[in-house]
Amino acid sequence: MKTYAEINERISSGKAVVLTADEIMDYVDRKGLDAAAAEVDVVTTATFGPMCSSGCMLNFGHSAPKIRMTEAWIDDVLVYTGLAAVDVYLGATQLRHSDPANMYYPGEFRRGGGHVIEDLVAGKELQLFALSYGTDEYPRRELRTYFTIHDLNQAIMVNPRNCYQNYNVAVNDSARVIYTYLGRLEPERGNANYCSAGQLSPLLNDPLYETIGIGTPVWLAGSRGHVYAEGTQHAGACDRNESDVPMEGAGTLALTGDMKDMLPEFVRGVTLPGYGVSLALGIGVPIPVLSPQVLQRTCIRDRDIQAPVVDYSRDYPERTGRIIGRVSYEELRSGSIELEGKRIKAGSLSSYRKALDIAERLAAEIRDGSFLLAAPLRRLPAGNAMKPLAIRPRTEGEA
Amino acid sequence: MSETVTRKMMFFFPRCECEKPIIYHLVKDYDLVVNVFRAKVTPEEEGYLLLDVTGTPDNIERAVDFVKTFNVTVNYSGRGLVWDSARCVHCGHCVPHCPTGALHIADARTREVAFDEDKCIECLACVRVCSYGACSSAF
Repeated sequence: MKTYAEINERISSGKAVVLTADEIMDYVDRKGLDAAAAEVDVVTTATFGPMCSSGCMLNFGHSAPKIRMTEAWIDDVLVYTGLAAVDVYLGATQLRHSDPANMYYPGEFRRGGGHVIEDLVAGKELQLFALSYGTDEYPRRELRTYFTIHDLNQAIMVNPRNCYQNYNVAVNDSARVIYTYLGRLEPERGNANYCSAGQLSPLLNDPLYETIGIGTPVWLAGSRGHVYAEGTQHAGACDRNESDVPMEGAGTLALTGDMKDMLPEFVRGVTLPGYGVSLALGIGVPIPVLSPQVLQRTCIRDRDIQAPVVDYSRDYPERTGRIIGRVSYEELRSGSIELEGKRIKAGSLSSYRKALDIAERLAAEIRDGSFLLAAPLRRLPAGNAMKPLAIRPRTEGEA
Repeated sequence: MSETVTRKMMFFFPRCECEKPIIYHLVKDYDLVVNVFRAKVTPEEEGYLLLDVTGTPDNIERAVDFVKTFNVTVNYSGRGLVWDSARCVHCGHCVPHCPTGALHIADARTREVAFDEDKCIECLACVRVCSYGACSSAF
């Protein structure tokens, strides 16, 4: 058994033994669990993929004369201004003004919030256009200017939901092509798309949230971020296999980090034809090897993780709950899966190659003593299930 | 008789020479087997033609000289589809959509995606599915 303090001491003295979640299983097989647990201090996990519930809080500072922005657009993408005078929230899936969306189906969705966030992190110049009704102390009613991230007081990423623990595999049971957030799906189960880093994914290496909790430091696109809350739709109560690994979406993380420290290659705008825009992020999460049990959990392999296969032409939109079958990430990564006797080509929206890169970068930062761990301030809830939305008439007496 | 070879090439027409049956002459006069992947030929506008030609090296060389007499630029790289490795995130979304395996997983462990230009038939399926603008068409 090790404590966070002991692990941090080893990190600070440059002696920490750190392996990635991609390397750890073979290492443990070779050394044995107890010996490896005594030796290894940290296992790094990571993921890179589209994460729609992402965005950022920006503060512009004050112009002369001042404005209290009531509506604002960055490069023609609407931002939320229902905050203080020059604070705005830019969301990843916001479309550009006048984007025809799916009016000419399937829409192209070439640029939106995610792309603006990518350009912001890349240091590019962007346009701010803002309107106001004018007040005594904020008299300006209109503003157009240009800025880069370096001109802002704060640019803090605030992502209500990242790092889904597990995810659906999407297929299309209908007779026409459909366009989804899991990509283009060919008719009659012509292909299957999935989105997870599998054995490298943070919450699949800590299935019961024993080390990853609120306050956990994370590598958020190169910045030192942290978990600020359970992610939206976090549902620890779910079907789990014999190793406690969720068989469906399950846990999520809400993350925050300083965008001024982020690396552009890990913050990428996403275009999903026929669906919309999003933001792909690279995230790394360290797992402290507090005990052999914690280490055992990180030894999970793609073959031990099952994902539900769901029809996105009818079952997903209608919320029927039907699962066609379950497949392992090992099978998905082989390039094709077998479903009800039919072989289907499988494609990924999550980049394992980028996730590996992140896990290795994080491991290097921990080894060189620059990234310290912390015990969670509070654990993520394990027992809550996901609630559906009921459409119902107003409760009597509440009008 | 020397052995035949296959060369992929792109013809660029500054302004379309639509009146001239260039492909006909390649077949009839230079004994070439022509396989057109993709073309954009509009009167009075720039045009492109992406094709494979199979024939003897000597005939191919003479045919190219003939084509150049129409003020056509011949690009031997034959790249109508551009894969930008710097924009690619290696997710692999394109791989099942690529009918010839030109875009493929090059490393089973790291899942790195690579592009084999010689296998590309210019169908542009990757341009339609790539979420990151890594695949684009030269025309």
